[in-house]
This record gives sequence, C-alpha cells and structure tokens, in this order.
Amino acid sequence: MRETRPTVHVSFDGVEHEAFVGESVLECARRCGVTIPSLCFLEGLTVWGGCRICVVEVAEDHRLRPACATQVAADMEIKTETPRLRAYRKSILELLFAEGNHVCAVCVSNGNCELQDMAVFCGMDHVRYDSQAPPREVDSSHPKYVFDQNRCILCTRCVRVCDEIEGAHVWDISHRGEHAEVITELNRPWGESLSCTWCGKCVAVCPTGALSYQGRAIGEMEHDPAMIKRLAVARNRGEWLDPGVMT
Amino acid sequence: MSDTTMRSVAEAADRAPGEHPSGDNRFDLVDKHLKRSRYAQDQLIETLHVAQDVFGFLSEDILIYVARALRLPPSMVYGVATFYQLFTFDPPGDHSCTVCTGTACFVKGADDIVQGVSAAYNVPAGETSEDRSLTLKTARCLGSCGLAPVVVFDGEVLSHQSVQSTLDLVASAVGGDG
Repeated sequence: MRETRPTVHVSFDGVEHEAFVGESVLECARRCGVTIPSLCFLEGLTVWGGCRICVVEVAEDHRLRPACATQVAADMEIKTETPRLRAYRKSILELLFAEGNHVCAVCVSNGNCELQDMAVFCGMDHVRYDSQAPPREVDSSHPKYVFDQNRCILCTRCVRVCDEIEGAHVWDISHRGEHAEVITELNRPWGESLSCTWCGKCVAVCPTGALSYQGRAIGEMEHDPAMIKRLAVARNRGEWLDPGVMT
Repeated sequence: MSDTTMRSVAEAADRAPGEHPSGDNRFDLVDKHLKRSRYAQDQLIETLHVAQDVFGFLSEDILIYVARALRLPPSMVYGVATFYQLFTFDPPGDHSCTVCTGTACFVKGADDIVQGVSAAYNVPAGETSEDRSLTLKTARCLGSCGLAPVVVFDGEVLSHQSVQSTLDLVASAVGGDG
C-alpha cells in the first residue's frame, strides 16, 4: 500500500532520509535502518523518555534530545553517533549498573538482557561509580512470576504495558528519586494482588532480569518484548475483528 | 476496610441517618469533598489532602477508599501519595516540631537543632517518638529565610531559634529533658 502521509527531509549523520510528519526521531531512524540505542522505549507503548539512552544531537542546538520523545522537523540534521553522545550513554549505563544489583553472572537473564546488550553496544566495560545496590526485597509471592527489585532499572515498561495493553494497572512507581521503586497495588506482595490477571505481559517486556518466570535458573529467562508490538499493531488495525463487522 | 466498604454499599439503604457505612463518620467529610468535586479523577491529590486533614495521616484503608471512590487503580493512588512529601502514612504524635533545613537555616545551624531534639527525645528526623508525644520533621525552606533558623512547633512559626530555645520549647509542651 502506498503511504500518503506528508513527509519531510531529515538527515541522520549526513545521510538524507524521508520522515513522516509527526513521527519521532527514533521511529524514523528505526524505519530507515539507522541504529539509535534505546532502553525504556518499546514500540506499542506510550513514550516514557526516562532512560535517556536514545539521546541524539540536533544541529545548532547544544541540548541533547531524547530521540523517542522528539518529533521530526523539516531539514533536521540529526547526529546519532558522536564522542559526546557515546560519553553520555556510557555514563547513563554506568549509573544504572551502579544503582542496583546488576551482577550478570548470577542473573536469570544473563545473555538475554537488554541492559547487558546495551552495555556491550555502547562499549561500557567498567563502572566508575561505587555500587549502591541497597538491599531490596525479592517478591516471589506470585505463583507464576518473580519480581527482583534489585535488578529493576525503573524503565516503567511493566507499568505501561499493564495499564495500556492489559488495562489492569497493577504496577506503578512509588516514592521518588533514589527511593523510587516499582510496586504492585498498595505496595503489597504481588501474589496477593486482586487486580493482576496473571497475563505475563510485564514479564515479557522487562528489559532486565527484574521480572522472570518462577523456577528459572541463571541465564534461563528469555523475554519477548516483540509480543507487545504485535499486540499493539494488531489492535490498532483491528486485525482480530470479524471482517464482516469491519465493512 | 475494603471489605467493609463493599458490604456497606449494599447496607447503605438501611443504615441509620447520619452514620457513615464504614462506621467512621470522618469519612463523611471525605465524601463531601468527593461529591463536591463530582468524583473527578483529577481531584486525586486534593482528595488525599482532605483525607489527611480529616484523619491526620493516610492509612491503607483511606487509600483504598479514595481509589474506589475515584475509580482509580490502587497502585496509582499509592504512587501519587508516596511521591509527595506532604503526605504522611504514620499517625502523627501529639505535638509536631518541624525544623527548616533550607539553605539559610542550614547555615544558621538548623542541623544542630534537628540533632539536639533528635537526641533528647530519641526520635529520628521524620519520625514520631515511641510514646507518640512528639513528631520531629524537617522541611526544605519555608520561605522565611530572614527568620533563620525557623522552627514550626504545633503550627506556630518561631524565628531565630537555637538548640536550647527549641529544646526548652519542646520540653514545655511535651515534658522530659530540655
């Protein structure tokens, strides 16, 4: 099908591309095959803009812009890979690694972790900051899933997917700053939650080993964030509706 | 109380006039605000303020009550309530002593006041003493930097305080070593 949406020209690192009016820099880059690393962004969910891994430079603007939350504009000159960006991304990753317990060797998601992949991609091979890793509780009260606060990076994918796709809103962020944490209902054990539907979408989208299935050993947990894209796209298009109804 | 609330909806019809279905008439004041705001979901923060004014603190029961009344997910209500420092989740003590630890007050020795009171009454900053007689709180700048260091004792703003003057003040109200 021919796209009839209005377009503008943008350039990624000097290469011209066509962008749809209204789409974000990140969406455009993904469509054009330009790699911009990201962490909290997930296609199919609303934009959060919290991790700042996807920052890009826009010509004649000294501020860095989050690609996921910046709309394309005509003749935008976007740089996705500069020494400054590399340094920022590395710092962000180091802070994330220092904040919680992100010891890969003992993690259920070792080898299938977006945070780990991002560290490899951005060339983060050591952490310059002291590890904070305050002891946080592991919630294994749910019969099917485990939630390990210590591995959470507060990307809020679980919060968003539960609210927007499942419609249950079991999860939310409580407190603020360094005390912020993901909670279920009134900070009660997940297993006692009355609103959880056990659908497992939060587990599917978790980028780290914070959410996993019960009984998984080190490196055995594989997430499936692409599932949410399939669900969201199909829902928007009404793919599962009776063709007779759609006229 | 969530169970009580649910049951009470059915019982609402045959309850005595002037009695709240939860058995606690203070909820009437919360209901009044809810009705006035037409149960609008964006009234969450205002409703929590009213509830805290009425009860003195926000218990789990109150959060559940507000969540059900506004048809909001409990996790969202909890998230909003814990985000703001003005909401408290423990019953306050009989007396409250708030020490401003903003920049001006800090320079003028507010930290010593906090530590002095904290040590004298064995109550960490932000908490209530064991006998529930005193709640020691800290605040970030009350906007009266010319009066530094500022202490608010039971709602009364006191200027140019020292460790000794604060301890005397607390002792006169709470008793104990000053």
